[in-house]
Amino acid sequence: MKQKYAITVDDLTVAYNYKPVLWDIDLAIPESVLMCIVGPNGAGKSTLIKAILGIIKPIAGTVSIFGKSYKQQRSLVAYVPQKGSVDWDFPTTALDVVMMGTYGSLGWIKRPGQKEKKASLEALEKVGMLPFKNRQISQLSGGQQQRIFLARALVQNASIYFMDEPFQGVDATTEKAIINILKELRKAGKTVVVVHHDLQTVPEYFDWVTFLNVKKIATGPVKDIFNDDNLTKTYGINYKVSVQE
Amino acid sequence: MRTITLGTAILGAICGMLGSFAVLRKQSLLGDAISHAALPGIAIAFLIMGAKDTNILLIGALISGLIGTFWIKGITTKTHLKSDTALGLTLSLFFGFGMLLLTFIQKQPNANQAGLDTYLFGQAATLLEKDVWLMAIVAGICLIILLVFWKEFKILLFDADYTKTLGFNTRFIDILITTFIVITIVLGLQTVGVILMSAMLLAPAAAARQWTNSLGIMVILAAIFGAFSGVVGTGISASQSNLPTGPVIVLVAASIVLISFIFSPSRGLLFRQIRFMKNRNSIKMQKTLAFMYGIAKNHENIAHPHAIKILNGFQGFSKRSLQELVDLNYVEINGQQWSMTQKGYNTAENLYDQQVKDTHE
Repeated sequence: MKQKYAITVDDLTVAYNYKPVLWDIDLAIPESVLMCIVGPNGAGKSTLIKAILGIIKPIAGTVSIFGKSYKQQRSLVAYVPQKGSVDWDFPTTALDVVMMGTYGSLGWIKRPGQKEKKASLEALEKVGMLPFKNRQISQLSGGQQQRIFLARALVQNASIYFMDEPFQGVDATTEKAIINILKELRKAGKTVVVVHHDLQTVPEYFDWVTFLNVKKIATGPVKDIFNDDNLTKTYGINYKVSVQE
Repeated sequence: MRTITLGTAILGAICGMLGSFAVLRKQSLLGDAISHAALPGIAIAFLIMGAKDTNILLIGALISGLIGTFWIKGITTKTHLKSDTALGLTLSLFFGFGMLLLTFIQKQPNANQAGLDTYLFGQAATLLEKDVWLMAIVAGICLIILLVFWKEFKILLFDADYTKTLGFNTRFIDILITTFIVITIVLGLQTVGVILMSAMLLAPAAAARQWTNSLGIMVILAAIFGAFSGVVGTGISASQSNLPTGPVIVLVAASIVLISFIFSPSRGLLFRQIRFMKNRNSIKMQKTLAFMYGIAKNHENIAHPHAIKILNGFQGFSKRSLQELVDLNYVEINGQQWSMTQKGYNTAENLYDQQVKDTHE
């Protein structure tokens, strides 16, 4: 029996200079799950996402999205980079950044019009940032900037969402708001992959988990594999978390 | 004279437009490295052709400028070195080599050699009508490319990785921007020279950034500032005998930067300082009011008079803040005593709520 996977990764290996950052990763992520990737610093979590998205060229391995190559399926995939990866002093407004999410479907040269603007305003509304649409982006708080990035991905109307540490440096209110949106996405049948750091919230937020430390340690449903054994294997220290049932 | 003014104006405008991109990409020094890297190209072109034809020298400059650019990109991607190191290395290496060749040429018995060193600091007086035409054509092409690929340029400048995931060929956009920056620099060498060229690229853009939060307006403003520097610089240098045009243009552009840094309403130092002082004074006044409120609310009659003396030593209190409170009709003063008015009492009561509301708006 062959199950249909949203994302399959085979033998993915990435190296920056001499040392491999990712070694022989195999992954099969089913459709419509909310998955987190956990692992220590330098485990290659962001690199895994970037390699799947073709931002970094892997040394070996293949990635397929719904059974076809990523290049063919690009329009089905949206990406939320780390908030710190861009210069927020760039001269532009919140609405303008969200509109960038429509550039992919527009293609070369064509400018966004009324339709794209409407979709962007709706995305801003969804993340609760509509009142800030004309705000210069440097004048937004860290949490608001994260919401803008999320809105930019929502506007792409994708089937798969990759998010690199969306909860980094945001307050509790924003974290709740974001996770609610992610849960809604899953409910709508979308697949969401999140690089995550806070192990305490894993069972509450996610239903699927991948343990990563250069190699893949384990991947599967949170309720089956999120245990001290896998955490110890991943983090290398004797790990004890209280998993709430 | 008209030709020269027109030439420097056009040059200033293109430099401003493309300089905005260089500044926003944090590649301010790239221009400096490219212009220095162009020098050996000029010398080699002269050595090969044996003549001082501007176009041929500029083609030489273009080629070596591009080689310098690829070196920088190559060094940063292939080694552990950071881009500032790569820029510094390439800049000094190419410039050193260029100077070596220039000295070599000057010792040759070729009568044509004289004046090749004007490329170091530029000489606007050598601009001919055909040079200005070339600049105008390049400016036109540059403007068209900018308008056509505006969306692509903008998103690449803001978030290159994301641009890639949307399916855009970021390499192509990158090469397009860089090529035009290199061409612009090469065009400016004759006027402004190898050493000061990067200032032409950066100064108008840095000044423009101070006045606006919109990329479009920033590019337009930078073009205007650049053209203005060109015109005024040429004018000043023509009115005084023997003032070199390039350095004067650069100084005019630098003055615009200075003015922008001080006087821009939102980002300028002056207004920021004024806002800061105003805020501090208003907080001082509010703190005094809150302190008075604390005393007044313990009395049945809020207007009960108290000695001014008891306010002494309190952080927020000063003669000035007290006077402001009186002016606002929050407090009344009778000789050495103060008493609170109903208005002041109500304001003080809601002070904290008001502040919380203000910061959330």
